[in-house]
Amino acid sequence: MRYLHHQTADRRDMLASIGRSSIDELFSDIPKAVTDAFRPLGLPARSEQEIVAEVTSLAASNAATEKSCFVGGGIYDHYIPSLVNHMLLRTEFYTAYTPYQPEISQGTLTAMFEFQTLVCELTGMDVANASLYDGATAVAEAALMAERIRPKGKVAVARSLFANVRRVLDTYCWASEIEVVELPYLPSGQCDLSNTPPDASAVILQSPNAFGVIEDLSGVKERVGDALLIVAAHPISLGILAPPGEFDVDIVVGEGQSLGLPMSYGGPLLGLFAAKREYLRQMPGRVSGQTIDADGHGGFTMAAQTREQHIRRERATSNICTNSALCALAATVYLATVGGNGFRRLAELNTEKAHYLADRITSIDGYALAFSGSFFNEFVVRVPGDACALHQKLLDEGIQTEPPEPLRTHGLENALRIAVTEKRTQSELDRFVEVLETSGGAR
Amino acid sequence: MRTIFDCPQHDGSDGLFPTLDVPREGVDRLIDQALLRSNPPRIPNVCEPTVARHYTALSKLNYGIDDGLYPLGSCTMKYNPKVNEDLARLPGLAGVHPLSDAALAQGTLRFLHELTELLCGIAGLPGVTLQPVAGAHGELTGLFLFKRYFEDRGDLKRRRILLPDSAHGTNPASAAVAGFSVTEITSNDEGMLDLDALDAELDETVAGIMLTVPNTLGIFEKGILEITERVHAVGGLCYFDGANLNSFLGRARAGDMGADVFHFNLHKTLSTPHGGGGPGSGPIAVSEPLVDFLPVPRIEQRDDGFGLDWEQPRSIGSVHSFYGNVLVAVRAYAYILQLGDEGLREVSGDAVLNANYLQERLKETYSLSHDGLCKHEFVLSGRGLAEGISTLDIAKRLIDYGIHPPTIYFPLIVREAMMIEPTETEGKESLDRFIEVMERIAKEARENPELLHQAPQQASIRRLDQTRAARDPILRYQFPEGM
Repeated sequence: MRYLHHQTADRRDMLASIGRSSIDELFSDIPKAVTDAFRPLGLPARSEQEIVAEVTSLAASNAATEKSCFVGGGIYDHYIPSLVNHMLLRTEFYTAYTPYQPEISQGTLTAMFEFQTLVCELTGMDVANASLYDGATAVAEAALMAERIRPKGKVAVARSLFANVRRVLDTYCWASEIEVVELPYLPSGQCDLSNTPPDASAVILQSPNAFGVIEDLSGVKERVGDALLIVAAHPISLGILAPPGEFDVDIVVGEGQSLGLPMSYGGPLLGLFAAKREYLRQMPGRVSGQTIDADGHGGFTMAAQTREQHIRRERATSNICTNSALCALAATVYLATVGGNGFRRLAELNTEKAHYLADRITSIDGYALAFSGSFFNEFVVRVPGDACALHQKLLDEGIQTEPPEPLRTHGLENALRIAVTEKRTQSELDRFVEVLETSGGAR
Repeated sequence: MRTIFDCPQHDGSDGLFPTLDVPREGVDRLIDQALLRSNPPRIPNVCEPTVARHYTALSKLNYGIDDGLYPLGSCTMKYNPKVNEDLARLPGLAGVHPLSDAALAQGTLRFLHELTELLCGIAGLPGVTLQPVAGAHGELTGLFLFKRYFEDRGDLKRRRILLPDSAHGTNPASAAVAGFSVTEITSNDEGMLDLDALDAELDETVAGIMLTVPNTLGIFEKGILEITERVHAVGGLCYFDGANLNSFLGRARAGDMGADVFHFNLHKTLSTPHGGGGPGSGPIAVSEPLVDFLPVPRIEQRDDGFGLDWEQPRSIGSVHSFYGNVLVAVRAYAYILQLGDEGLREVSGDAVLNANYLQERLKETYSLSHDGLCKHEFVLSGRGLAEGISTLDIAKRLIDYGIHPPTIYFPLIVREAMMIEPTETEGKESLDRFIEVMERIAKEARENPELLHQAPQQASIRRLDQTRAARDPILRYQFPEGM
């Protein structure tokens, strides 16, 4: 096998030098009943060339990439500068392990420190970790963290959280016996906080939320009383939107895929997690901290490790070990490449294009925005007739929108959620409108 | 250490995105002004050549598998085939939105389904979910299944998880997050689980046991079948941490040892890269009684192709935003297909040969925790090498010789532990050099201990002050005043 070094003679010599007669003898400690029961897969070895051909053909049968993508829901079709991938392919980055030996991991540790800084800058928070698995587990971890700080056995969560994120939150809360109370939404699409339970450890909002609507965070912290305020934010929107940190939010989480990662059918993703400094000791996940070496030179090492499982075991703040380090590196290189000015322009492009499309769609008879609140790059429109039929009609015309079924879990019948990124050109937007105009309500 | 924030700024345009092609309205007219930010995030504006040089320079401060031996115990730092990087970057795979209609993602769903079946075969178990994205995430998912299983049976008093004292730190942490309490079982003199100590704890409050197979000392539990039988006999379940699968790949199956849940680390055994700490992938395989509780959605084969099945009323729900780390999964898929049965068997053969070779040669110089056959890894102790020399000193001195240190101070039951896992992708030349360097370090420890205390001196930076970083952590760049 071509990834192995040994020749037959090497194996023989090595076995002889340790007093063993065969490779199989090295497995004589496995009970015979176990090895006797073994069944192979029935799989022949195949060449690299054949595997490349096969996987390439699988990739080619994914029709999605031929469509013009207007699907959102937390994952967005953004442009990724070429440089990002080139840096990720440095083998010193991608073949390294967790930086347990800081003296030969300064590359990873420095990038982690930069990433933490950038997440703090985007969210307006004091401290950030070096990533969690994804946006959904970041929300779940935030809820568990709030329960450690204020054990109440209850969290309140906006109904306007993405349904997939909510599912993960529910699973984690079920296991920890935390009750999840749902907060309804207003006609604006924003969260209705009027009946927030007084005994929750946390109130969890998402902004922009599952309807694309931006939450107004001013005054929310006062209204949630003793509870920690957790906000799930969309990072690109923070190029123009006021950061949650300005509103005394306690924990900010998010899905970082938009920051230079492909959509990847949903993984790998990038969990963003930032908090107030006072909660650092309760924060999950790895962090890189600045220190000095024996000669007094500055460098980085893993910090605040006494929170983590390899030290604290069952009393750790989380069980996380492997995270999304390389995705965090991608986000760091992405932000460095796009730059502060480019990032603002990017957020503007998303806003302008999404509003252009929304305006044009809602000028067609029978189409209307489902909510009155401000939105960023994603919005929900009520459509005349059957949304599923319309979705299919758009697909037939090469335009991909999200299947409408999930919106029903939010109580929205006959509606489409539409996301627009900088990648969609005016001609694609106009084409979208044209298809709707000729669909006659897709009845 | 220079950061991107210290690089010279430029004021040119980003040049990455086209100019706006629809009539400009202005964001302050489109979005309620109260929602807009007044202070922009301090993202540096650096020209592309500077960004490229900065991250290239950073990469050179790292040590990866392509730099040399990386004998990090329990981490299986094997060669990451380059072709898999190309495959994971195929636009047809990378560019698919997770909320696409199944009909538009048939290629991806097909290989995910096939990988699920391959992993079932490797584990010898009937069900697999690809949703967990790390080993610890697989553990957590497995323990969620335990919980649901007992809930479903109305057996609510099972709150305890048993763990050997040699367990990975993630095991007790995962048990706690899943709402269980942890009881540690001591190991015996042979480094195996003490069956009497196990019996003493087994009762109807035990939800199950978490075992690492082979254990973290690199020893195959000779009583594995007795252990799983006894746990099953009191109604408990058996979790197998699969971090060490590289030692029996193609030769034995967890299902045949009595596992109810077995997690894979695709980023260890199945060659996908660690990425400096992630992303990984931690699929779990489960026994028949747990299949109904697996996360949703499940990938299923239908008459008209592949689809996602959400209709599983007994499921624990979801543990990931979507379907797990799909682009990690495709690397593992390609790896398994390339190796075939024979290749998988050769992997464990050479991995175990390499470990035993190193163990036999090094035990003359360093004290070995437990003598006898090891599997893919073994544990030495830095104790007693020379007065005042710690395992940390030995590890740092290895850096001076251009070798990544082993896992140190783990497992916790061996003092001054060095856990060494060479993997199958090291040749004899590389192993012999490691032996020679380890022997030389032992000699230095006695004759010139300062060389060890002062190590590393050949790295880009000297030994770092961890205490300082822990005491008052600086976790973000300190921008100069006025920025």
